[in-house]
Order: sequence, then C-alpha cells, then structure tokens
Amino acid sequence: MELLDYAFMQRALLAAVLVGVTGPAIGIYLVQRRQPLMGDGIGHIAMTGVGLGFLLNTSPVWMATAVSALGAVLMELIRWYGRTRGDIALAMLFYGGMAGGVMFVNLAPGGSNANLSSYLFGSLSTVAPEDVLAISVLAAFVVAVTLGLRRQLFAVSQDEEFARVTGLPVRALNLLVAVTAAVTVTVAMRVVGLILVSALMVVPVAAAQQLTRSFAATFAIAVALGIGSTVGGTVTSYYQDVPPGPTIVLLTIAAFLVLTVLATPLARRRARALAAARPTGDPAECAVPAPREPAGGIGV
Amino acid sequence: MGGEPVISLRGVRAELGGRPVLRGIDLTVRRGEVVALLGANGSGKSTAVRAVIGQVPLAAGEIELFGAARHRFRDWARVGYVPQRTTAASGVPATVTEIVSAGRLARTRFGRFRKADRDAVQRALAGVGMADRAKDSAFALSGGQQQRVLIARALACEPELLIMDEPMAGVDLASQGVLADTLRDQVAAGSTVLLVLHELGPLEPLIDRAIVLRDGCVLHDGPPPKAVGQHALPGHDHVHPHDAAGAEPIRTGLLS
Repeated sequence: MELLDYAFMQRALLAAVLVGVTGPAIGIYLVQRRQPLMGDGIGHIAMTGVGLGFLLNTSPVWMATAVSALGAVLMELIRWYGRTRGDIALAMLFYGGMAGGVMFVNLAPGGSNANLSSYLFGSLSTVAPEDVLAISVLAAFVVAVTLGLRRQLFAVSQDEEFARVTGLPVRALNLLVAVTAAVTVTVAMRVVGLILVSALMVVPVAAAQQLTRSFAATFAIAVALGIGSTVGGTVTSYYQDVPPGPTIVLLTIAAFLVLTVLATPLARRRARALAAARPTGDPAECAVPAPREPAGGIGV
Repeated sequence: MGGEPVISLRGVRAELGGRPVLRGIDLTVRRGEVVALLGANGSGKSTAVRAVIGQVPLAAGEIELFGAARHRFRDWARVGYVPQRTTAASGVPATVTEIVSAGRLARTRFGRFRKADRDAVQRALAGVGMADRAKDSAFALSGGQQQRVLIARALACEPELLIMDEPMAGVDLASQGVLADTLRDQVAAGSTVLLVLHELGPLEPLIDRAIVLRDGCVLHDGPPPKAVGQHALPGHDHVHPHDAAGAEPIRTGLLS
C-alpha cells in the first residue's frame, strides 16, 4: 500500500471515509421526507461560498459552510411559508448560487474557473492539511446529530404532523437537518465535488433500500456502501489518474444496480414466506411488496 | 356526563387559503366521553380537529386542552393523535416497531428508550393485533394494517385523550373490527376520544355523542343519530369502503 506513504493521500483517504459516513447519514433523512434533491440545491448555493472565499481570501471551506448553511435555512423557510411559488424561489436560489460562485471566483484577483474546478468535481491533491481539521470537526457534528437525534429526526421525517403532536420541536429539528445537510456538503466538496455531492446522500440510501425492511438496517448499509465507494473511488483515482468525484459516484450507482438485481429474488422469497405463514388470511390482507416510491423532486 | 372538559372550543373561526372553513364553533368533550365529529366533505370536521392539535391557525376564538390554553399546552404525552393517512410508510423502509416507537417519544427524555418504553410499544402493537408483524416493513402492509399501525403509534404514549381523523377510511372489514375492539378497550380503560368519522359504522355502539358540522357551523350536538337516521343526515353522502354494492348498508352487529 505505497499510496499510504504520501501525506496527501492519507489526508484524502481520511476525508473520503468521513464523506462516506456523513453523506448517507444525513441523506437518509432527506430521502425519508422525500426531499432527496435538497443536497443538490445546497451544493449549488455552496458555490457562492467558495467564490466568496476566493474573493475575500479566506478559507473556502468555512466560507462555503457559512453560505450553504444560510442557504439551507432559507430553503427550509421557503418550504414553510412558500405555497405555490416555492419551486420558483428554490430555483432562484440554486441558479443564483451557481452564478454567484462563478462570478466571485472570476472577480477574485488572479481567479479563474480553473480554481473552481477542483471544488466542482473533487480532487485528491487539494485536501490541504488545514482542511483536515475543518472536515473532521464538521463530520463529527454531522455524526453527532444524525446518530444522537436519530429517533427525533426519524419521527419528524416520517410524519411531520404527527411529530408536532408528540411535542417535538419540529421547526428546530427541520432547521437542524437543513444545516447538517449544508455542513455535509462542505465536508464532501473537497473529495466528491459540489456538483456530485448530492449523489452520495441519495444513491447509497436508495441502494441499501433494495435489501432492507428497517430504517436502522438501511442506515447501516447505506453508510457501509458510502465508505466503500468513497474509499474505493479515492484509491481508483490515485492509480488511474481520474477525478475522484465521478469515480465515487459511478461506484455508488454500480452498487445500486447490483443490489437491485440481487434484491428481486429476495423480495420474491420474502413475499412467498409471508404468504406461507398466513395461508388463511383474507385476500385483502395478502402482503404484496408495494412498489418502491421513486425518488421525487424537492417537496415544498 | 359531568367530567371536566378535556377539549373545549369557543367561537373558533379558521380560514384556509382565505376561505372561511370554521365559522364560530363551540364544542366541549368531557373526560371519558366518546364524541364523533360528523359531516360531509368540506364541512370543516378535519379542520376542527387539526385546529385542536395546533395544526391550523385560528382567526378567532379559543381552544383549551385539559384546561390549558392550546398555545400554552405542552403535555403532549396525554394526547394520542391519528392523522388522516392512507399509508404509514415514507421514503425509506421502516419496520412497524420503528414507526410505532415514534409515538413513544413524548414519554422519553431526549429520545432515550428504556425497557418500559419498549414494553409500551409492544403493548400498543398487541392492542391492534399487529404484534406478529412487528419486524415487517410498513411497505408490505395492507391499507387496513397500515391504519392499525398508525393507531398503535398514537397508543404508544398511553394517552388519556385520543384524537382520530377518519380512522376507518380505506380500511377493510377485518381491520374495522379490530379497530372497533381496540377503541372499546381504550374507552373501558377510561380514555376520552374525539374522532372524525364519515359515518358511524361499526363504531356506533361506542359513541356517546355526535357533533354534526355543516359549512363550518355546528348543526347538531347530542345523541348519535340512530342507524337509520345517519343516512338521513343533511349533506351526508354515503360511502362504504370495501363493501360490495348491494351489501346490507346498516351494520350494527359487529359489536353488539
């Protein structure tokens, strides 16, 4: 394993593991409440943060964290108050964020779109030593929220109206999910890139769902798939000299396809076992595995 | 009925999208009562219960829960709520136990589950006859079974007051019977119940009082309309979910 001899690869692999954990860990709640594309929106907004970081000559990671957290809170507010215009407002936010990023980078002294490219698609060599601390702190926050508050976040993402009647602070928890998703985007942007970061929040969860019946198992398998694909993609990127972001995303999609093929006979066997266990049931009570809901758009 | 008021609405007005839906509602549910809220689609019955649990802002009037103004009320563990849903599932698979456990959160500190909490979840599942499906995914359940899961979720916090929004909608006959039994057990244990119904159906023997809404106003508040009478209710449109056409329309035998 000569790749571990290089300090930049050690940093990249550490970042890869953190991304592999945090992406699916927050992504599962976004998928659960049928907002799988929220990470994508935050990624677009984060570009403005990166651009501002260049322009103001501050750390792009912290600036992107601040701007995307702000953007995520704004998206959550639009979801509350926006009625029919919600979609349009979100679109403004996405495109404005992207345009702002490109504009600020080009306004920065000596800046060009080349600076942005590593943030858009990820790069192994750009995980700087000072980034490692920032990424680790942010990842620790994401893990603490997604695991520590898993019962509350599950309840809110499963059925918001019911959660309110159990006395949970639903608005605060929704804002926390939004901010945590924003933090995850900035954790992931050095390795996977802003354009593809959302894939790591959604695809491992969708892949895990092919096999699972419970939320807990979906969470565990999604995180395992996340780590597998980020580490696998990073190593492949080192040997084959391809950008890590696309490699990682293609690996997660491959995992999704493999698990989908494997799951078909499994679902059939489960349905048969269920039918065998209840031979006298009312026909209306027969358990037929319902079709999975396709990942929808951003719900407003 | 001389119990203290558990729910009380006075002069409640509410609008949805600028359209008045509740136009000055007064109603009281006392401890131990089982009250049905009836009315045609659009009469405001769902909006009324959603106002009680704080999901609909009031334009005027006041609501009290257990004697406390609604916006000051924090003791949500005393309230079990069954929203109007066709499914218990969401975007990610979840087992029946996981979904029902969400209903127990109001009784936990910071969401930490102890043995007593897990036992309460099991009891709630057994109460709706779903204990053998505890580890199954909600995706794999019929509509009636999903409704039973939603009711178990409301029962998991061992509430004193049950509020149910159309618990019988889209439920097969077998599940309707189980739900009626569950409700009877709750009433026998002293629970207060407010339920929105489209028609009295198999729950009729349990109901102490019926409040009929029409166009956002209380039209009738008193003894439940009798089997024949319910079909004569103003604005009542008759739906028997899962009943074959021509099946006998009046069914009181399930519980009596």
